Amino acid sequence: MTEQVKEMRVTKALEAALPGAITGGKYELNELTLGIDAARIHAVCEFLRRKDRFIRLAAITAVDWYPMEPRFEVVYHLHSMPRPGITQDERLRLKCKVGGDRPEVESVWSVWPCADWYEREIFDLFGIGFRNHPNLSRILMPEDWQGHPLRKDYPVHGYKYSYKSE
Amino acid sequence: MSDYTAALANMPAGDASNRRRSMTLNMGPQHPSTHGVLRVLLELDGETILKAVADIGYLHTGIEKQCEARTWSQVVPLTDRVDYLANLSNNLAYCLAAEKLLQMEIPARAQWMRVMLTELTRISSHIVWLGTHALDIGAMSMFMYCFREREQILKLFELFSGQRMMTSYFRIGGLALEPPRGWQKQIKKFLEDMPVALDQYENLLTGNPIWNIRTKGVGYMSLEDLMDWGATGPMIRAAGLAWDIRKDAPYSSYEKFQFNVPTATESDVFARYAVRIAEMRESVKIMKQALDGMPEGPWVADVPRVTLPEREKMKTQMEALIYHFKIVTEGFEVPAGEVFVSVEAPRGELGYYAVSDGTTKPYRIHMRTPSFGNLMTLQPMLEGRLIADSIAALGSMDFVLGDTDR
Repeated sequence: MTEQVKEMRVTKALEAALPGAITGGKYELNELTLGIDAARIHAVCEFLRRKDRFIRLAAITAVDWYPMEPRFEVVYHLHSMPRPGITQDERLRLKCKVGGDRPEVESVWSVWPCADWYEREIFDLFGIGFRNHPNLSRILMPEDWQGHPLRKDYPVHGYKYSYKSE
Repeated sequence: MSDYTAALANMPAGDASNRRRSMTLNMGPQHPSTHGVLRVLLELDGETILKAVADIGYLHTGIEKQCEARTWSQVVPLTDRVDYLANLSNNLAYCLAAEKLLQMEIPARAQWMRVMLTELTRISSHIVWLGTHALDIGAMSMFMYCFREREQILKLFELFSGQRMMTSYFRIGGLALEPPRGWQKQIKKFLEDMPVALDQYENLLTGNPIWNIRTKGVGYMSLEDLMDWGATGPMIRAAGLAWDIRKDAPYSSYEKFQFNVPTATESDVFARYAVRIAEMRESVKIMKQALDGMPEGPWVADVPRVTLPEREKMKTQMEALIYHFKIVTEGFEVPAGEVFVSVEAPRGELGYYAVSDGTTKPYRIHMRTPSFGNLMTLQPMLEGRLIADSIAALGSMDFVLGDTDR
């Protein structure tokens, strides 16, 4: 974590409220990214939503860094838009690393209801589980699909020549 | 797609009489008012919707996976196919993300042209929405009027890019082609016709008693709920918050244009209709400013490593030929890093999260598409409402299934 990141308002507020939750951070191309301890992501999101100003979750996604271990990064895009009382448009990216045979992270569904589909999409395409998610099932791929297509060890054209039913 | 089984499992438990009263109805995936292939599972008690579950994924084409197997410049045509009604907004968001990673300066003429054409896209997308939405509710003639103007817009797209729908007109570094000779005349004619057409639409609908009864007070959701469930764009503005990315975080020189952000407070189907109509008028205003003040100069950045050389130079200069060969065969390297760039697409916030590992292919592209967020509001919006209102409420979300499923 650079000095510049340490001096930012969000970093200070988060460090004061939840010491040790931030594992790293960078400020590049005018975008702030904070690494978060995967075990505490729910508490961090809860704080940023209720006590700080990030009322909106723009998206959740994941990146697969196969064959690195831990291989997955779950990425949260938070947003605070100008509204009565707040003049600045602020965005924040949270990242937590998960890996192992059964990668899993706490669901933030109870913080932002719209995390519901984003987390299902990650579960479907990356195979990352979300604890306490109300309905963790495939959303884009067919129910009986084998594998998780957006993993880097999944071939672009799939495992079969044709997926038509014979 | 296991929503169906989940919905069955989640049917209200308890006494047998309760179970007999509710009925599960399958709406879609080929229902004409679902604008694509959306399947909604409705659990009904008579006319009242107890539970609505959206089942998406029928149009999933794995575009994000395909992006990882192509070079940075080859991704542009894929972005057209994400939201096929707002192709240029998608081109713009992707190009802005790539350009931010490359830290490129885009010439003023290209930026203004981008603003003008994305506003044209906004009008085109809103027109399709208006026509089909009115058709769903029963105002059939609206569809014909709207598609009359849409045809004009598609001809303009063809004039600029040679393609009616999958334009791919914005490229990393600027535009794909020089704007055609005489485009000013054509745009001017369109800008004269469009306000008249908008008045016609409003004459047909705004005061129409049937339209008012079918849309006012229908599909209400509070601003907090909309925000929590991920809605963006006109849906938020119709609930009273003037949040527009073009104003709050201007991109592509939007800060040089004068326009208002139309809002409404009722947050019902009619308010969303009113906001979108007002937005089209604002778009016409922006296009007029772009037409009058269009700067002269190059339409593509002068970065030989990234942008394709002119045809003439390729015939006479060896360096140009080499650059062309390298860009087309192996692409160009993009510095390692990550960006999240969002633009105000017709449907709401369209964000591209691009991760580069320093090679010629994107490591990961994630599209935060507005339809995906807007469609999540379906469940809270429909529950407890009448089944007849569900069509109007669905239409007012303005989703495109290609955009949802990617």
